Amino acid sequence: MNEVLNIIKVGIADLKFVSAPDRIRTSGLGSCVGVVLFDPRKQLAGMAHVMLPDSHMAKQEKMNRFKYADTALDDLLRGLTDNGASKFRMKAKIAGGAQMFSFKTSSDMMRIGPRNIEAVKEKLAQFHIPIIAEDVGGKSGRTIVFDPSTTDLHIRKVNHGEVTI
Amino acid sequence: MTFSQRLTDMHLDVLKEIGNIGAAHAATSLSKLLDKKIDMRVPAVRLVEFDEVMELAGGTEKEVVSVFLRIEGEAPGNMFFILSPEQGEAFVERMTGIKGVRFDGEDELAVSALQELGNILSGSYLTALSDFTKLDLYPSVPSLSLDMVGAILTFGLIELSQVSDQAIVIETSLTDVDHAEAEDIEGHFFLFPDPQSYYPLFKSLGVSSYE
Repeated sequence: MNEVLNIIKVGIADLKFVSAPDRIRTSGLGSCVGVVLFDPRKQLAGMAHVMLPDSHMAKQEKMNRFKYADTALDDLLRGLTDNGASKFRMKAKIAGGAQMFSFKTSSDMMRIGPRNIEAVKEKLAQFHIPIIAEDVGGKSGRTIVFDPSTTDLHIRKVNHGEVTI
Repeated sequence: MTFSQRLTDMHLDVLKEIGNIGAAHAATSLSKLLDKKIDMRVPAVRLVEFDEVMELAGGTEKEVVSVFLRIEGEAPGNMFFILSPEQGEAFVERMTGIKGVRFDGEDELAVSALQELGNILSGSYLTALSDFTKLDLYPSVPSLSLDMVGAILTFGLIELSQVSDQAIVIETSLTDVDHAEAEDIEGHFFLFPDPQSYYPLFKSLGVSSYE
């Protein structure tokens, strides 16, 4: 009677997939952006915890593709279509990209939250995948949980309560 | 070789010494501020995955009060002083004599008092570090935030994340001697030097094999 419900945990600069009735979550998103791609009919979804906007920023020999908006979204889309999801039914929900701290500095890194949001939106536009809901920007960290059976994205913020989009 | 594979035990010892000296000075400052004996724990230097960094501070979702400052100068980096909200309130109450302080944004006095506390502590940490290494280091104006550990600390890893998937965490904690057994940790310092800062740091301390 009681189906065991798993919650799949996505770490920092990580990417995972889920199918109903399981859920998928990532916690403590600050300037990072949580991107959920899902096929509502198949009840399949994937979530990426994107840390940086562009893989061209990488100065590593062995790059982690899940860390960057462009490569993470490529892998997210491919992983879902490989599992039978349709690109034409695919939708996106995104959350995160906060500016946690604000003060004057020469470092461009202060704007990393907004830059991550822009990069994710640009990539989704290239794929022609619509963003049907978003909760981005602001100054608060977020923990997000996605349920592929209802396509609800549940968001919790410290001192700002909880919302479902 | 990757950024982290070049580190030897000697390098880690040097970093531990940096944490040691910085936090010892911060402990003295805190002791004066609160008129209380403050102890410092043996510093830890760890090379860990990003997710483990968050675990060291209580887990990604744990709510903390954090004072963040950017270090500019010859060895740039990010520094965080992290407390639980309850400990932050206790610190401010002790410092100001005012009861019932809160950090939810309404109480400007509490926020500015803790910001000042963070400023003094990180300032003395950084001054000690600067004296020890003879490097010019300047702190930015500190920024206070009450939020989740993950949201706060990830920000300090942005520079590093472009070259590595691991972070060197130089961590030191200050504890209140009288309540050492009741509250395990009172305050945590996390120092994340930018990747390009390791060379000047090691060089200044006579460990030159790191390139």
